[in-house]
Amino acid sequence: MTAAVAERQRGIGSAISDVFFVRPQLLTFLLLTPPLLWIGVVYIGSLFALLLQSFYSLDDFSGLVVHEFTLSTYKQLFEASNAQIILRTVTMAALVTVTSAIIAFPIAYYAARYARGWSKALFYLAVMMPLWSSYLVKVYAWKLILAKEGIITWFANVLHLRWLLDGILALPVVGGPSLSFSYLGTFLVFVYIWLPYMILPTQAALERVPVNFIEASSDLGADPRQTFRTVIFPLALPGIVAGSIFTFSLTLGDYIIPQIVGNSRLMIGQAVYTLQGTAGNIPLAAAFTVVPMLIMAVYLWMAKRMGAFDVL
Amino acid sequence: MSFMSPAVRFQNVSRRFGSVRAVDGVSLDIEPGEFFALLGPSGSGKTTCLRLIAGFEQPDEGHIEIFGERADGVPPYRRNVNTVFQDYALFPHMTVGENVAYGLMIKGVGRAEREAKAKDALAMVKLAGYEVRRTAQLSGGQRQRVALARALVNGPKVLLLDEPLGALDLKLREQMQEELKTLQTSLGITFVFVTHDQGEALSMANRVAIFNEGKIVQVGTPSSVYERPASRFVADFVGSSNVLPPEFAAAHGGHAMWTSLRPEKIQISSKSNLVPAACAHATGTVTAISYQGAVTRITVATGKQALIAATPAGTDVRKGDSVTLIWPKSAMVAMGEDA
Repeated sequence: MTAAVAERQRGIGSAISDVFFVRPQLLTFLLLTPPLLWIGVVYIGSLFALLLQSFYSLDDFSGLVVHEFTLSTYKQLFEASNAQIILRTVTMAALVTVTSAIIAFPIAYYAARYARGWSKALFYLAVMMPLWSSYLVKVYAWKLILAKEGIITWFANVLHLRWLLDGILALPVVGGPSLSFSYLGTFLVFVYIWLPYMILPTQAALERVPVNFIEASSDLGADPRQTFRTVIFPLALPGIVAGSIFTFSLTLGDYIIPQIVGNSRLMIGQAVYTLQGTAGNIPLAAAFTVVPMLIMAVYLWMAKRMGAFDVL
Repeated sequence: MSFMSPAVRFQNVSRRFGSVRAVDGVSLDIEPGEFFALLGPSGSGKTTCLRLIAGFEQPDEGHIEIFGERADGVPPYRRNVNTVFQDYALFPHMTVGENVAYGLMIKGVGRAEREAKAKDALAMVKLAGYEVRRTAQLSGGQRQRVALARALVNGPKVLLLDEPLGALDLKLREQMQEELKTLQTSLGITFVFVTHDQGEALSMANRVAIFNEGKIVQVGTPSSVYERPASRFVADFVGSSNVLPPEFAAAHGGHAMWTSLRPEKIQISSKSNLVPAACAHATGTVTAISYQGAVTRITVATGKQALIAATPAGTDVRKGDSVTLIWPKSAMVAMGEDA
């Protein structure tokens, strides 16, 4: 019997295949070891080094890092100028996330529910294509669009809406000399750049809501608004939360967009960039980096508490 | 009965999908309190009919009435009918209790009342105490019961069931058939269910409508459609049947029409000289024997016509045996010309 089964001539390759087939956990182990080592050493390791740095401090006189445990660096975060950077960045990230979610949902809903064939292909193309071109090119393009001599100003003039644009720019805080030198401009570019990261997970979540559920809900007496509130939205929520993790954390950490489009007030990313570079204050840079991580941890914990991942 | 409006009335209803006429000029009355089966092969239009009653589809032509009220143009959420979906469509983000209470919550029934009603509904389907479970923790049969409770708790005038037992294994299916019948009798609600399983339709329904290619080919009680199939399609689809060509039927004491002869009406005998006057007979050679537990199906070639006889298990025949088939002439049912 055994002889009959093993009769066929086998090479070394198929012998290895046989071993893996019989012991799949061996294959899993071999496949996972390199990436786990990479994540463990390079990723977690550097994260740990970062955390360690944030508990050191900078000697003000010598400009050297003092390798002694202290919480004084973290205390510096609460100084008015630093706290303002954090507050500014978190507010911006929150607004960008909420706006992205509001814009993304109808697009994702259309794509998941109605787009078929070519219109679905067009959707993916339209959402993904901005990701194919360089981030820097897009941001600089936006700078030109938003500039005082840019197309938006031009359009405002053509449509005799210059008063509206000037009115918006005259608003306190969000306004500025031109859109490209205002919080509003930074905000618009952030929303544009991160929108695909909100659309795609939302669409994936909506895609997994069977038509059956919507029919069952209407069968049980729910009008479309009630169905949306009680069935579609709760089931799409994990996708929206996943998308918001992207938009929120990407905005929290970005230092290029506010550098190119916006007023000269710093965001967390820019602060880190400046502190680790010219200022050489690695400990404070590290402490600043811990802030987004903490915020994200709290955010995820709250999302979990609210049941956003219950259907996953 | 005549002064009461039917539970569901189809008047010349058609529904097209592109160039396909999924439902093609269907007229049908389902009486209040009936357990009604829509039976047919897949793609015959039976599910579309159910969806037309539920309101998920709207007719392209014709009218639908539910208890005398015009239903075409009315969305599902304004109809007093509820559906048990084929794959149950239980909401994964709600507990069993929340699922069952969903319809009541939508109607604005207070928490205490809807929880009490959901509890009763779950008890009715023998799932008392399952309120706090997640739907993912349930077996197929339990999901089915939750879906049933979720529909019935709203007190529908008509309950629609789409292949309600399709996903269950045999034992559970037989048990649920019984339970559904008992439930329907005790509640007195009109049940309309879709099935492609003729055995299920015959055993559960008071009346059956048989669908083929978007049309109803016969409506009647299970025994009438089984005993007197109106067409070759029905004879073939409901149970299995020997469909005899007109010449053969005429030569054996029937009418010169396409004729249905049920296999279980045919007896097998080794002698050809003992045929009663009221019976017809044919002699031939056994070509195939198929053992099926309670019965054995024996295929006999008699000249040009092969006949299948269903005999009780243990009949002693072998392949190649020469046998005589005997059946009452009254068992031959002449059918209409159509397919």
